[in-house]
Amino acid sequence: MAKVKIPENKVQELKDLCASYNNEPGELINVLHGAQGMFGYLPAEVQEIVADQMNVSVAHVYGVVTFYSFFSMLPKGKHPISICMGTACYVRGAEKVLDEFKRHLEVKVGETTPDGKFSLSCLRCVGACGLAPVVTIGERVYGRVSPEDVKGILGEY
Amino acid sequence: MNLVKLTIDNKPVVVENGTTILEAAKSIGVRIPSLCYMKMDDMNFENKPGGCRVCVVEVEGRRNLAPACKTECTEGMVVNTHTVRVINARRTVVELILSDHPAECLTCAKSGECELQDLAQNLGIREIHYTGEQSHYKGDQSPAIIREMDKCIMCRRCETACNEVQTVGVLSAVNRGFESVVAPAFEMDLDHSVCTYCGQCVAVCPTGALTERDYTWKVIEALVDPTKTVVVQTAPAVRAALGESFGMEPGSLVTAKMVSALRKLGFDYVFDTDFAADLTIMEEGTELLDRLNRHLNGDQEVKLPILTSCCPGWVKFFEHQFPEMMDVPSTAKSPQQMFGAIAKSYFAKKLDKKREDLVVVSVMPCLAKKYECTREEFSVNGDPDVNVSITTRELAQLIRNANLDFASLPDDDFDQPMGESTGASVIFGTTGGVIEAAVRTAYELHTGKILEKVDFKELRGMEGSRKATVDFDGLKLNIGIAHGLGNARKLLEEVKAGKSEFHAIEIMACPGGCIGGGGQPYHHGNVDILKKRQRAIYEEDKGKPIRKSHENPFIQELYKEFLGKPMSDLSHELLHTHYFDRKKKAEVE
Amino acid sequence: MAIDYDGLLASGSMMGSGGMIVMDEDDCMVSVAKFYLDFTVEESCGKCTPCRIGNKRLYEMLDKITLGKAEEGDLTRLRNLANVIKDTALCGLGQTSPNPVLSTLDNFPEEYEAHVKESKCPAGQCRALMQYVISPKLCTGCTLCARVCPVDAISGDKKLPHFIDTSVCIKCGACMEKCKFGAISIQ
Repeated sequence: MAKVKIPENKVQELKDLCASYNNEPGELINVLHGAQGMFGYLPAEVQEIVADQMNVSVAHVYGVVTFYSFFSMLPKGKHPISICMGTACYVRGAEKVLDEFKRHLEVKVGETTPDGKFSLSCLRCVGACGLAPVVTIGERVYGRVSPEDVKGILGEY
Repeated sequence: MNLVKLTIDNKPVVVENGTTILEAAKSIGVRIPSLCYMKMDDMNFENKPGGCRVCVVEVEGRRNLAPACKTECTEGMVVNTHTVRVINARRTVVELILSDHPAECLTCAKSGECELQDLAQNLGIREIHYTGEQSHYKGDQSPAIIREMDKCIMCRRCETACNEVQTVGVLSAVNRGFESVVAPAFEMDLDHSVCTYCGQCVAVCPTGALTERDYTWKVIEALVDPTKTVVVQTAPAVRAALGESFGMEPGSLVTAKMVSALRKLGFDYVFDTDFAADLTIMEEGTELLDRLNRHLNGDQEVKLPILTSCCPGWVKFFEHQFPEMMDVPSTAKSPQQMFGAIAKSYFAKKLDKKREDLVVVSVMPCLAKKYECTREEFSVNGDPDVNVSITTRELAQLIRNANLDFASLPDDDFDQPMGESTGASVIFGTTGGVIEAAVRTAYELHTGKILEKVDFKELRGMEGSRKATVDFDGLKLNIGIAHGLGNARKLLEEVKAGKSEFHAIEIMACPGGCIGGGGQPYHHGNVDILKKRQRAIYEEDKGKPIRKSHENPFIQELYKEFLGKPMSDLSHELLHTHYFDRKKKAEVE
Repeated sequence: MAIDYDGLLASGSMMGSGGMIVMDEDDCMVSVAKFYLDFTVEESCGKCTPCRIGNKRLYEMLDKITLGKAEEGDLTRLRNLANVIKDTALCGLGQTSPNPVLSTLDNFPEEYEAHVKESKCPAGQCRALMQYVISPKLCTGCTLCARVCPVDAISGDKKLPHFIDTSVCIKCGACMEKCKFGAISIQ
C-alpha cells in the first residue's frame, strides 16, 4: 500500500475532529464519516491517526472501514457515478446501463478512471423509483436512463 | 437467586435465571454440539457471537430455531435438541461451512485436533449438498504463527483472545458477507503488526486456520548432521502437558519419559531449561535486590517496581505498547536465551567446540519463543544462541515420527551440567512461579537467614491478577502477579500513572502462565486441564531435593568457573539484554 | 389478497417500505429471486453461517438455474436450503432473505421447472436459455440482419431465408431489432 503523507495541518484537523467527539470509541463511525468528508477517502494513515486518538486498535478501525460500503480506502473520482440497482431500476434495465458505463469508462464497479475523473459504484434505491432506471453523478440525478444515453451523459463532464 | 424450570428433551431441569439452554442441557448430560462458542472461567475468555448456528435447538412456540449458546432459559420453556428439523438444520449449516472450507484434512496440521472435523464426523456428514465458490485469502507466515485463513470459519475466538483477553488488538473481523475474515489491519502480515506471538489465537482456533510454524524438520536435519552437536533444552511447562499428546491424563508428569524420548531421538545432550531458570533467578533476583536496596537508600534514579522479563510475548507487548517504560522490566534474558548463551559459550568451551558446531534446540510450551530466537540481539555473527524452538506439540510429533511408544519408555535423567535444576525453576511454568522462585532466593540473599518455609501459597492461584505481601524479615515486599496480557496491561497502566504499590511484578503473557502457552497440547477450552497442569508443576517442585535456585550446585559451579558473580560483566554480556521501541514498527509497509 | 401486514405475510411477502412492484409474464421469476439474493449476499454482514455462506449458495444455485445448468434434485436442495436459512439465521436479513425464493417456488413452480427440465426461460429473460431464430417463412433475405450482427453469426444468400448459428450468436438482439419483417424471434 502506497504511503500518502498527510500535511501537518490536516493531521491537526483530524485530531481536532476526534477530540470534538471526546475521542470516544463509540463515536468511531461518526469520526470516520467526518474524516472521509475531510480527505475524500480513508487512507491507512488516516485510520492510524484515528485509532491512536480514539484509543482503539488500528485493526478495529480497519474492520469498520471495510465493513461499511460508504467508507472507501481509494480516492473517489471527481464525478462519482452511482447506478441505482433497486428493484424498480433493476427490472427496468439498470444492469444494461451499468454495463454501458463500465464499457465506456473501462473500469469495474468500485474503481476510479486513471485520470481521476469518474468513479463507478452501485447503490440500492435512491427513492426515485418512478424515474427508473436512475443514475446519479455527484449531486445530479438522471432518470429513465437507457444504455444509448450513457455516452451523452458522460459527454457533459 | 431466581430459579427457572424448563424441559429439555422431555427431561425436567431447574436452573438459575440467566442460564443458557446450552449450559442447562449440559447440566443434565445433554451435549448440544457447538462450534464458535468457547468459555473459559478464570481466564476472562468468553466467546459466544452466536455466529456459527450449529447449536440451534427447537423451542416450542418459537417461530425459528434458537441458538442454545445465546438463548437464556425461561420458565416453562420446552426445548428439543434433536428433532428432525434441528438435525437437518444443523447438518445443513455444517455442510455450508464445509462448502467454504478446503478439503485438506489429510495434510492439515490440525487434523485429529480439529473441532470442525469432529463435528462433521459426529453429525455423520458424508456428502456436501451445497457447493460453490470458496473464499481465498492471502497466506501469512511469521516466524511463529501461520495464518491460513481459507480455513477460517469466522468463529471469532481468535479475536476474543487477541482483543479481550490479551488486549493486543492485532486481529479484527474485516470486510463483510462472504468476504469477511479475521485479519490484522490492512491485512498486513503478522510480522509487521504489533502481534506478540503469544499464540493464544492458535490455542483457541477450532480449525487449521491458525497454527504454529512447524520446525520439526529442521530438528531432524540437525540430528542427522554428523558435524553438529545437538543440545536440547526443555521448558518447565512441557513436562506437565506432553503426556496429553499420548492420551495420558492431563496433569501427568512425564519428565523422565520425556528425557528418555529425547535421548532416543538422538540429541547429544539432553538438558533442562530449568537450569537456566535457576540462573535467571540468580540474575533477576540480584537485580531486584539491587534496585530495591538502592530505592530504600533514597536513589531517585532507580525504578520500581521491577518487572519480570522471562516471557518473550510480554517483552514484545511492552516494546509495542509501553515503549516509554522500557527501563522498568528486568534486563535479565528469558531462561531460553540464557540457556542458549551459556550453551554456546561455557558448555561449548567445555566440549572444546566452536559455537557454530553446536545446535541448540528448545522445546517450549510457547510460540513467542520461536520469534525470540530470531531476534538479532540473541545471535553472535549470525549464529543464533538458540537455533530452533519447537513446541510441546511438535515434540510429540517428533516422538511419533520416531515410532516411540511414549507410555512404555523407560525413565531417564537429564545430562549434566545443564540438566540439574531445583524446585524453584520448575514452577517457572505457572503463573506466580517465577516470583515465588525469586522470593525464595532473594529472601536468603537479603536477610542472610535460612528460609524454612519455601511454599508461598499466597503467590499461587489462577486469578488473572493477584497481589501479596511477603515479609523479608521486617521488610514488607509488595508483589503483583498478572497472567494474560490484558491483566498485565492494567498493572502496567498503574505503574505508568505512578500509582503502583508494588516492588516487583511477575507477568506471563498466557493465561495460566506457560502451562497455558500457545504451543501446548490443545485444551479446547477446558480450564481444568490448565489447573491439572499447574498442580503437576507444584507436585514436581515439592518432590525436588533442592528447592532454591541459588543452591543448585551446577549453578554455583557455573559462577565459580565462568561467570564470577551475578550481574558481573560477563553475566551482563551473556545473560542480560536491552529492549527496543517498537511503537513505530507496526505500520503499513 | 388483503394488502395489510397479515395478508402479505400469509402470502409469503411482507410490507417492507410499502412499495409495490408489478411484474408481468415478461419477467422471469427465477431471475427476480436471484436479483433479490444478489442484494442479500451484498448486504450480509458475514457474522452467521447461514447468511454468510447459505445466501451465497442460494444465489449460486439460482444462477445455475438461470444458466440452464441445474440438475434433477436442485429444486429440492434449493427449498431445503432456503428453509434452513430462514430457520437459523441470526438477524432479520437472513431470516427473510429466502422469502423471494420460497414464494416464487410456491407460486411459480412451473417457471423453475421449465428452466431445470427443459432448459427454457418462459419469460425469455435468461440470456443463456434464449435462442434467436429466423422464420424461413417471414424472412425475405434482405441481408440487413447479417450486416448488423457483430459476430457474423448470420449467414444466407440474398433473397433467400437466412440462418443464425447459435454456437456463435451472443444473443445481443441487434438482428431482431433491425428486422423489418418480424422474422426473428426468441425461442
